Amino acid sequence: MPKRSDIKSVLVIGSGPIVIGQACEFDYSGTQACRVLRSEGLRVILINSNPATIMTDPEFADATYIEPITTEFVTKVIEKERPDALLATLGGQTALNTAIKLHEAGVLEKHGVRLIGANVEAINRGENREIFKGIVESIGGESARSQICHRIEECITAAHEFNYPVVVRPSFTMGGLGSGIAKDESELREIAGAGLRYSPTTEVLIEESILGWKEFELEMMRDYKDNVVVICSIENFDPMGVHTGDSITVAPALTLTDVEYQKLRNLSINIIRSVGVDTGGCNIQFAVNPHDGRIVVIEMNPRVSRSSALASKATGFPIAKIAAKLAIGYSLDEIQNDITKETPASFEPTLDYIVVKIPRFNFEKFPAADPRLTTTMKSVGEAMAIGRSFPEALQKAMRSLEKKGYSFDFSPEGDLEYELEASRTPTESRIHHVQRALFLGAGVAKVHEVSKIDPWFLDQIEQINEMARELSEPGELTASLLRRAKRLGFSDQQIGSVTALKESDIRRKREGFGIHPVFKTVDTCAAEFQALTPYHYSSYDEESEVEPRTRPAVLILGSGPNRIGQGVEFDYSCVHAAFALKAMDYETVMINCNPETVSTDYDTADRLYFEPLTFEDVMEIYRAELAVGPVAGVVVQLGGQTPLGLAKALEDAGVPIVGTSPAAIDIAEDRGEFGALLIREQLRAPEFGLAYSYDDASAIAERVGYPVLVRPSYVLGGRGMEIVYDDQALASYISRATEISPDHPVLVDRFLDHATELDVDALFDGQELFLAGVMEHIEEAGIHSGDSACVLPPVDLSTQSLMEIRLATEKIARGVGVRGLINIQFAIEDGTLFVLEANPRASRTVPFVSKAIGVPLAKAAAQISLGKSIEQLRAEGMLPKSGDGQARGISVKEAVLPWNRFRKRDGSGVDALLGPEMRSTGEVMGRDDTFGKAFSKSQSAASGALPSTGAVFVSFADRDKAEGIRGTKKLFESGYKLFATSGTANALAKEGINVEQVRKFSEGKGPKGEMTALDLIEGGVVALVINTPFGSGPREDGWRIRTGAVARGIPIITTISGLNAAAEAMVAQRHGDFTVTSLQEWLR
Amino acid sequence: MKNRKSAYLVLDDGRIFEGEAWAKEGETFGEAVFATGMTGYQETLTDPSYFRQVVVMTAPHIGNTGMNTVDEESRRIWVSGFVVRDPSRISSNWRSERDLESELTESGVVGISGIDTRALTRHLRDCGAMRVGIFSGEGLSREEMIRRVRKSPEMVGANLVTEVSIDTKYLVPAVGVKKATVAALDLGIKGATPRLMSERGIEVHVFPFNATFDELSAVRPDGIFLSNGPGDPSTMQSTVELVREILQREIPVFGICFGHQIFGRALGFETYKLRFGHRGINQPVLDKASGKVEITAHNHGFAVRAPTEGIFDTVFGRGRVSHINLNDQVVEGLELLDRPGFSVQYHPEAAAGPHDAAYLFDRFLHLMEGQR
Repeated sequence: MPKRSDIKSVLVIGSGPIVIGQACEFDYSGTQACRVLRSEGLRVILINSNPATIMTDPEFADATYIEPITTEFVTKVIEKERPDALLATLGGQTALNTAIKLHEAGVLEKHGVRLIGANVEAINRGENREIFKGIVESIGGESARSQICHRIEECITAAHEFNYPVVVRPSFTMGGLGSGIAKDESELREIAGAGLRYSPTTEVLIEESILGWKEFELEMMRDYKDNVVVICSIENFDPMGVHTGDSITVAPALTLTDVEYQKLRNLSINIIRSVGVDTGGCNIQFAVNPHDGRIVVIEMNPRVSRSSALASKATGFPIAKIAAKLAIGYSLDEIQNDITKETPASFEPTLDYIVVKIPRFNFEKFPAADPRLTTTMKSVGEAMAIGRSFPEALQKAMRSLEKKGYSFDFSPEGDLEYELEASRTPTESRIHHVQRALFLGAGVAKVHEVSKIDPWFLDQIEQINEMARELSEPGELTASLLRRAKRLGFSDQQIGSVTALKESDIRRKREGFGIHPVFKTVDTCAAEFQALTPYHYSSYDEESEVEPRTRPAVLILGSGPNRIGQGVEFDYSCVHAAFALKAMDYETVMINCNPETVSTDYDTADRLYFEPLTFEDVMEIYRAELAVGPVAGVVVQLGGQTPLGLAKALEDAGVPIVGTSPAAIDIAEDRGEFGALLIREQLRAPEFGLAYSYDDASAIAERVGYPVLVRPSYVLGGRGMEIVYDDQALASYISRATEISPDHPVLVDRFLDHATELDVDALFDGQELFLAGVMEHIEEAGIHSGDSACVLPPVDLSTQSLMEIRLATEKIARGVGVRGLINIQFAIEDGTLFVLEANPRASRTVPFVSKAIGVPLAKAAAQISLGKSIEQLRAEGMLPKSGDGQARGISVKEAVLPWNRFRKRDGSGVDALLGPEMRSTGEVMGRDDTFGKAFSKSQSAASGALPSTGAVFVSFADRDKAEGIRGTKKLFESGYKLFATSGTANALAKEGINVEQVRKFSEGKGPKGEMTALDLIEGGVVALVINTPFGSGPREDGWRIRTGAVARGIPIITTISGLNAAAEAMVAQRHGDFTVTSLQEWLR
Repeated sequence: MKNRKSAYLVLDDGRIFEGEAWAKEGETFGEAVFATGMTGYQETLTDPSYFRQVVVMTAPHIGNTGMNTVDEESRRIWVSGFVVRDPSRISSNWRSERDLESELTESGVVGISGIDTRALTRHLRDCGAMRVGIFSGEGLSREEMIRRVRKSPEMVGANLVTEVSIDTKYLVPAVGVKKATVAALDLGIKGATPRLMSERGIEVHVFPFNATFDELSAVRPDGIFLSNGPGDPSTMQSTVELVREILQREIPVFGICFGHQIFGRALGFETYKLRFGHRGINQPVLDKASGKVEITAHNHGFAVRAPTEGIFDTVFGRGRVSHINLNDQVVEGLELLDRPGFSVQYHPEAAAGPHDAAYLFDRFLHLMEGQR
């Protein structure tokens, strides 16, 4: 029983959509919290707008609200559910900020809801920089000299006092949003100006620069008895100046003496006490001057954070789970250590291995963005690796990122000066420049001088380089040399490239010598006590710790680091597979390297291998598991493209792949084979051709008709894809974006420019099809499906079309040979159905559809993979007794885009335009009984609510002017004031729509100071911006308008279909009251 | 990369680990113990309690921050052998003066690197601390190495204090206003201990282990301190008698680690050898009076056997177990209720380790002030 008897029900706030700075680590922490609270017999009420989370599965809470995390909607949930307590420290900054707002609005007090975990005063003390600075001083610590500013002039005065460069940190923003380093006044105006806008309290801190110092972080826990422990120390490989989320980090700290470490520990303990975090976790960041050891306290987070997730995975100490127990009244000594089962949680984990985390960036999707790393987080995910030494962990982490060319390169040619220069500036690839500079002979001292990276780390990289040199020397690759290389983390592929052999040759050699990794255990205690939880990592050492088993094992391959296009949705499916296969009495074995996820919680599968998802690493795990018991097979269809890409090689190496076979995957992925299948089944695809030259491309475009969709054939996921409308644009694209040649052809597809796009998720067992759902894209064709809002069930699709889609889906599933999930994208143009592509795997929409229809699709897919039939699953109740998936209510999925994270080198914003390349980081679900309401909720949950009153600025591209009338009229009729520039204003006026005309930005202010569109936006006059761009290239006016709106957080709509949907939502909002409905109620 | 010679770590039970020669080449023997601290190898090496022990560091990278003069816990390195997985080639710290390997070599410490320290630790955990030898740069057969290990002395029954203690007493003056005088018995004392007392206004006279009661009395101490140290406490009968005499006179006593074991024996309890001991800086100890947990530094292979619940009687009146280890319920502290005396099994002076238990020196000061 919980120690606190006054709490019977708890409201948990999640963190909403995945955004940069707040990713699925909060699903991991929230899921743990919900589990703990329920197992303690409490009624758990959850609110989270992100459907792709495990925590929002109906079994994790008593009442699950997939509703916007706003004061308005959380208040409605509180009014309906009347919880005793609110736990807001496990849902990131979103939950914490929401809790503060609820407190300030008096909602908590009014309904008698107690805040548990951290109280409002503690949150303020931790998050308010001025108060926090005072606390640091009061306990004898030092902060960087700084000043709080509320106006830009104050910022400039402060900067003069401290000397440039200065650091700008806005208050109460997450992931360092809006912060940056200003080297002069103009940079300061830019950065601090934006920071003041981002801060909900219009407050920024201007701070002396401690660039180049060493950076450390301590993860702490405190209970109500005032027991305080350090869970983990983390050292940043990148010195101060890079957001810790964008830094390569290492656990434990490796370059501190005990004297220095204990100073950090003492400061941390005194800070957590003085801030008054009653119970739970927090982290504290420090900078240490490498020349004299001066310690500066940077900041604290009075809540569970991204670093807590990393620390939990790095140590085996589940911070969020323990924090939840502490919040309901347990003390640390009353809680058992899950791993040893005999020692208590009141201790400090000690590591006998090294953990390295490397962030995953997606700059290639934002080519205009400044790639320099600063104190604003820009990475979209991370990979973690564990090894018995830093070089081993580092090289494993680098290959875990799954970024081509990210592993160290040892080619002898290079430009030392260039590498040294590039080592000065922190970027995604700085570590490569550092390694290259060392490899080219710069020496540790020189590289330290330019990069400020601690010499210890540099010497470790030097050891990797030395090994590469030794390997490249002529002579036999001996067992001893091979073993030493493996101990430094070299992959077979790397050794192959250095020795001019093939990866497979190295593998064969290694097998011949009997050189294989062993698997060690993460046990919190450096082997002092026996570990009962099989949480493993590989290392080239002597003794393996994998226990024998009798039940057959199924290996589930996860999806690796989050990146745009492959995010939490795939982890969700993998977690479901673990649950579903456990239920079938298999021993489930999870392989993944993403520390943010639920899949890498040691509670999820029976065994966890925290390992890179490469062929070599997976093969070694397979080998180790095969040695201790039977292996039924490997699941590759749930983790996205990563495991799917390994399927063929694994099968060729004799590994049984369960579910859809690699041969079937090939049929779907090979354009030729898939095209043949469509022809056989009499299905249509847009006409296309493969161009090997510009003339080819032009001829194909001529044949299929403009517009055409063009992309290089050798890249995946919409990379480099564009829609071109004429010969001129085609020529420009070919010369600009491709290296067209006989080896690198370009795909030219007919683009269905006024089609409705549809996404279908379905299950197939070889006999029967279960069509889970048909989603209609709200954005028109040409927008990547991941970035397009969609609605389930489709709102304007005929029964005839639906039947046609079902038939086509079944034909494709059968033709491909699917066993499990398939996702197909269709388009309907003028009543004709086109097949765009088929993916024989779990799609990004699986969690959304599962929640909308109340059927666990990924679980069903996992069981089908292991031989169950749909008929069986229907009988067992996992699938409906009969028929296809039935949507409950109207569900809208909306994408969340990271525009506000990226700036160009000149400080201006990157363009907020959707296109065929996916750029969204996450998604939300809005659900209600009408489309308008559901869409309205989805917008509130995603980027900010659509306005219910006020003014709207409208500007259409010429070709959209006629189409745009319908939605604009709706807005006008329900009382929204409209502004437009001349062309659009005239078009609207002709339809009898009253609109106030404003000047274009390019026209400048009028003679009497008449405002331009940009002035309206910057002056906060309009509450919504509608701007449809023309063609492919951004024009100055539109770009100014869009970036202006993004910078000020004003919602922006860039497509006609988006406008039509928004208009319906805004009309619904005028009609007032929204209600909240739990998932459990929807499914009843 | 320097090519190193092969070296062997040979355990009493015949298990052999092959690694590379590191630090001094040659052979060495001792009791194999593992230490789990991730920081503080310098403090560990210079802690006299590790005398005659071959210390296995569970943290893989050792030597990263080099060695400096300030962090030495005593006048020399005491371990008889040092086992690490990945020794650092460079020292990276602003306070570093020398590098670890040359310091070990100069001190004549035979080391071994590159072995699977986790496998070795698990073996010691499961089979208990045992005799070990490190052989490097020699061509001995396996049988011969094992034979030599089995000929080396055991830790049980070892009296090592004579070798680590000092010959003549010295004084550590009080910082600021002097509040008390303590006579400390050096059974293997660490530098941090008198330092922490002196910082609290205590003048500390450090005596050789075999000082007599009269010699201690000569400095008119307000209290007597019993330090940590190596070896088997059951060999320390004359020190036990000395402590009994001190308790008779009702002079406040504070013992730590080895001193705690002697204090326990003076109260009439027996000491016993733990299977593999506690050596680390993350041990959770419960203060039974306050209910609070402190994270403490430990380094002991023996422990006191006493009833952990309720009050016990001794010839010096009533007493109780004040602290226990939450990992394994081992007695971590004793206190007398009718006379001024207490002891803890762990290290309030830390170094290496957390400073959570430093309050015990304040408690000692209060105890002495209360007696005046």
